[in-house]
Amino acid sequence: MAETSGTQAPPAPRRRVDAGSVATHAVLSLGALVMVFPFLWQLLTALKTLAETSRVPPTFLPDRWNWSSFEEVFTALPFREMLTNSAINTVGRTLGQLVFCSLAAYAFARMRFRGRDVLFALFLSVLMVPSSLLVLPQYDIIQRLGLLNSTPALFLPGMFSAFGTFMLRQFFLALPKELEEAARIDGAGSFRIFRSVMLPLIRPALAALAVITAMWSWNDLLWPLVVNTDPREMPISAGLTSLEGQYETNYPVMMAGSLIASLPMLLVYVFLQRHFVQSVALSGSKS
Amino acid sequence: MSVFPATAAAKAKGRGTTAAGSRPRPRKNQRAAYLFIAPLGIGFAVFYFWPLLQTFAFSFTEFGAFGGHTFIGGDNYARVIKDVTVWQALGNTLIYSAIGLTALPIAIVVASLLNRRGLRGVALYRALYFVPFVTLPVAVGLVWNWLYNGDYGLLNEVLGRLGVDRNHWVSDPSTAVYAIGAVMVWSTTGYYLIIFMAGIKGIPRDYHEAAELDGAGALRRFFTITLPLLSPTLFFASIICMINSLQTFDLIYIMMAEKNPAIGDTQSIVGLFYKWAFIENAQGAAAALAFLLMLLIAALTFLQFRLQKRWVHYG
Repeated sequence: MAETSGTQAPPAPRRRVDAGSVATHAVLSLGALVMVFPFLWQLLTALKTLAETSRVPPTFLPDRWNWSSFEEVFTALPFREMLTNSAINTVGRTLGQLVFCSLAAYAFARMRFRGRDVLFALFLSVLMVPSSLLVLPQYDIIQRLGLLNSTPALFLPGMFSAFGTFMLRQFFLALPKELEEAARIDGAGSFRIFRSVMLPLIRPALAALAVITAMWSWNDLLWPLVVNTDPREMPISAGLTSLEGQYETNYPVMMAGSLIASLPMLLVYVFLQRHFVQSVALSGSKS
Repeated sequence: MSVFPATAAAKAKGRGTTAAGSRPRPRKNQRAAYLFIAPLGIGFAVFYFWPLLQTFAFSFTEFGAFGGHTFIGGDNYARVIKDVTVWQALGNTLIYSAIGLTALPIAIVVASLLNRRGLRGVALYRALYFVPFVTLPVAVGLVWNWLYNGDYGLLNEVLGRLGVDRNHWVSDPSTAVYAIGAVMVWSTTGYYLIIFMAGIKGIPRDYHEAAELDGAGALRRFFTITLPLLSPTLFFASIICMINSLQTFDLIYIMMAEKNPAIGDTQSIVGLFYKWAFIENAQGAAAALAFLLMLLIAALTFLQFRLQKRWVHYG
């Protein structure tokens, strides 16, 4: 063992590598600091009093840890309702995409039917269309359905995704044919095969699609802004913008609000980081 | 009655392997396929294809004071082309795109640093760089507005020590676009980092090792191995980056308060669209503007595909 590892890693360039990695770590840490520091500053500001934040030069740590801004946010806005709306919006869009995209992706990848390629190209064309081009008539449709200022209005159009269909199709394409054939011989119908044989096999792809969709849904701004103007029906992304008008210079309250609003997605990220990374890497490597 | 046991027997015994037994299957399969696609198809028809046609129709109409649309031909398009604010918004949007593209070289450099043999903490670095991308854009905008604040902001404090004059970064018309653009770069670098890390992983280590034996330094290897082999990924990333930054809206909407004097100097095309469509009730002109934006995106994407042959290496 010792001999083979000795031949694999020649000890000669060791020292040079070490000096180099110190420099590498220095550059990378500086970059990481730039990425993370604004969030630290956000937290520190939220814990200061308004008076303390308008001091020049600014203090770094708060004089006294003051949590009142966090309470104030909940009285300034219907914050609880907004967080709930965001959660429903996120779950609605994510579930919708998982169900609708996986069904269609399976058919496009594994079944033969007339017009398949034309339909797939047509579906993919949705990817090319900027959302601003759709938002006006989508608003009209929601209005005609009597759904303006309602929770379903937030997630309805977002349940259907060309990106999700495309991504899942790539995964279905890669599965071996034998599994399907074996199940068919056992007398399973198309839906059974899809549901109990094929779908479990693409679980990593489903997880990746779920996290990225959840993120887009939680963070989406333009659509909620258009469709739900009643603060009680807004998700937190749109709701926070009204905090800006109300508390123009009260940065502690704004920082507390923005911190609470971004926390749920950050927690999802911390726990499901692997899937986030995978979904981005996938969107990059395919096509 | 007599048919049923026969088919059951065929199923049980023959297991559907004979040509005659499997013949009717494709048609049944076809019907199933359409049922699989139907939910998504209906959703797309209602929320994407129909709206697309409608926007196109809207762009030739005027929305009346008492409701209803009147056909006015190409007037909306004429208005868009003649309007100075459109050209200003176009200029701003192109600046955002240009600034946004700088996230790509930064991400490539970080990705190749992270590719260093035996480097520790790669996963942690990647995780930290990605945090801004995951964070709610509204929250990002508010935090940066506070950092940029002219009176009490931390940035002025830090730059002041370095001898830079205090500035109201987001309300000064000469700096506002760049201040917002910098936040765009800050929040998207992590996204491209992951894309490039995946791309760099695909480059065999042997190439680097062979070049190293030939005496090529790190910089030389970066330009002769990493960069050319990464060019398909870079091509893809630059298209994504361009398409996204041409549609930029969120950060600007958040960072620019209504009475900000620099609002015209920072407004993007989608920002102007939002204003026309939902605040000034000029839906026809807004629809025309959205169509021209799509044409612009299509044209620039096409151009990138044409230029691709000049610099992208498919190995």
